[in-house]
Amino acid sequence: MSLHGRDLVSIRDLSRDEVLSVLDSARKMVPLAEGSRSSDALRGRIVAMAFFEPSTRTRLSFESAVQRLGGRCLTIADAGATSMRKGESLYDTIRMLSSYADAIVIRHPNEGAARLAARASERPVINAGDGAGQHPTQTLLDLATIQEAFGTLTGLKIVLLGDLKYGRTVHSLAYALAEFGSEVILTAPPGLRLPEDHREELRRLGARLSEQSDLRKAVREADVLYVTRIQKERFSDEDEYHAVAGSYRVDAALLEDAKPRMIVMHPLPRAGEIAPDVDGTKHAAYFRQSFLAVPVRMALLTAILGAARRGN
Amino acid sequence: MPVRELKITPIKNGTVIDHIGNGLAIEVLKIIGIDRLDRDSTVSVAIHVRSNKLGWKDIVKVENIELGPRTVNAIALIAPTATISIIRDYRVREKRTVDLPPRIVGILRCPNANCVSNQPEPLESEFEVAERRPLLLKCAFCERRVDDFLHHLA
Repeated sequence: MSLHGRDLVSIRDLSRDEVLSVLDSARKMVPLAEGSRSSDALRGRIVAMAFFEPSTRTRLSFESAVQRLGGRCLTIADAGATSMRKGESLYDTIRMLSSYADAIVIRHPNEGAARLAARASERPVINAGDGAGQHPTQTLLDLATIQEAFGTLTGLKIVLLGDLKYGRTVHSLAYALAEFGSEVILTAPPGLRLPEDHREELRRLGARLSEQSDLRKAVREADVLYVTRIQKERFSDEDEYHAVAGSYRVDAALLEDAKPRMIVMHPLPRAGEIAPDVDGTKHAAYFRQSFLAVPVRMALLTAILGAARRGN
Repeated sequence: MPVRELKITPIKNGTVIDHIGNGLAIEVLKIIGIDRLDRDSTVSVAIHVRSNKLGWKDIVKVENIELGPRTVNAIALIAPTATISIIRDYRVREKRTVDLPPRIVGILRCPNANCVSNQPEPLESEFEVAERRPLLLKCAFCERRVDDFLHHLA
């Protein structure tokens, strides 16, 4: 089924074949994302960036993707500067915005905001993160990174390390990996384990799921070590945060026993979970991962908006 | 004459909600919103009534009111065994079991305080049936699952 004109709110809105098709198209977009080739696939198109929460990578990579394809952006980067400060609802804001743009990319602090936006908008809506909810384009670029490194998404062992309770990226990724038949190994500090309802649902989907509290053992087994940041804002007590945050750290010494092709991923920004000495190792894939955000988002935008009509 | 009938007299016009799970009559009354009914609507409640079907059950009769679909849907959530009879001139004119629609709109609040449906937006709460037995609903916005409906009635 074509993605043309469709919303992307949750990674589960895409079938396995649709995910593969976006990844396939993203691979072809890499030279465009690097600027070594040019394209006007989105010429004459306007994409609204409705960011009601701070973001660096996500917004800039979406903007880069649009502009590399010859389109233009309308950007709300500070909700305080909009009429929402005067009490305008998100629904009305999106409804209005959808008459100014061909598609809307939204990030919002409330879970479910993207689903609401999709209802309000007459144009396709792409979720760029709603609170602790979904962040499907992050999942797509995570999958693109794994696929680029291993040529497959099947039969791998993926260790998810860090905040598995609140981290929205790991929830979506775990579902996608289950769908592709890779094994997921959970390594989380006490109190930040994957919530039981997610475990149950993953098992129901046939996921191979296990836990490994010993990080060193987990690293030895891993094809991918996916590290997440512990979000300070989730803790009411600063001491509690520091106790948990200091409980795991990935450094070059820890990776000595890793498989030669093992990659370390992180959605970034990092806050001390990965030591700078990992950056120079062959395992570091997180900067490649943040670059792949651009071709993946280019592929997605092209699929949803369709290529530019001639004569535009 | 069975004792049951002496306890709960027939009504001329209104709604009889029978086969309510034992002890749930008070919750059904909350859903009906008895505080909003006027005095013409006499409400009779029987709790701990012998039932062949359920063992024990509760019954609620509301005079001069025919329950609308929204109320019936809400009752279906907490009392799935209930049967609803519409009475006109002492006769049962319509009898139906409560049936849960695939989408439950405006009846429950999402338990996730950070869900967009709990913000001042022009929308009603909405849940999809995730599983039927045991009943599990999923917020149509944030996907939070809910099974303790009594605590989340809007």
